[in-house]
Amino acid sequence: MVWDSASDFFAMGGYGLYVWGAYGVTVAWMLLEPLLAARRHRSALQAVGERDEQGETQ
Amino acid sequence: MKKMPRLFTFAAPSRFYGLARWCGPWLYGVAAVLALWALYIGFFVAPTDATQGDSYRIIFIHVPAAWMSMVLYLAMAGWAAFGWAANARLASMMARAIAPTGAAFTFLALWTGAFWGKPTWGAWWVWDARLTSELILLFLYLGFMALVEAIDDVRRADHAGALLAIIGAVNVPIIYFSVRWWNTLHQGASISMTAAPKMASTMLSAMLLMTLAFWAYAFAVVFMRARAIVLEREGGSDWVRALALKN
Repeated sequence: MVWDSASDFFAMGGYGLYVWGAYGVTVAWMLLEPLLAARRHRSALQAVGERDEQGETQ
Repeated sequence: MKKMPRLFTFAAPSRFYGLARWCGPWLYGVAAVLALWALYIGFFVAPTDATQGDSYRIIFIHVPAAWMSMVLYLAMAGWAAFGWAANARLASMMARAIAPTGAAFTFLALWTGAFWGKPTWGAWWVWDARLTSELILLFLYLGFMALVEAIDDVRRADHAGALLAIIGAVNVPIIYFSVRWWNTLHQGASISMTAAPKMASTMLSAMLLMTLAFWAYAFAVVFMRARAIVLEREGGSDWVRALALKN
């Protein structure tokens, strides 16, 4: 085992700020980006539906 | 000649849309499993580095992100060029779908590099050949995205974007070889085809697993964005209208 305790793990041998600063932003972005892409897809689908309704009433 | 239609089956936006929808959840799943596996090896199996301490653990995301930034750029430029040369709509849409993810990986390579550079070099940033050429890559992605959004005629925008992407592709070998061509602070290539790996096998396997995870993630998110772009651009076609009515 590399780490003696949880606090030892989070301290990262004194490099905690750097390691978690790098990983934190990466993880946050990789959770956010799929949501943004899914939202864009949803609104595109919605726009098609709205366009279709307008087309039918004309 | 009978086989030709099968090869290009998924060049039709409608067919691609269905394929991408089917692949998406699987790709996210594969990415998550591989990433967790890589993190487990990277944080709980790989030992502390003798010279860099635990700061070196940033390598498990830094190098894969930097690889993805270059591979995705070449993929973007390749699709953009093909979309222009062969007048293939879907190829141009793929180029646009790749750009934001490529830009994100470029940013992450720079960001994680800064957080690694500070403890090892004593500086968040230096105007070094490797770092500077990677920063230019970020500007190329942003320039491509801004250019295609700025032109209203979508096919003209695709062509202009393709030209920028193709010219910018010269930067990719410059990034890759920068550590050899110039005296730089940045260390040499982590993996070489001609030399034995310079790192312990546990470190190497964590890095390669994370690279596979990033690949699966990139496919998943690019496919999702490509589906959105297909709908945005093919909104008037019958199959898209039928799809909208179903949902």
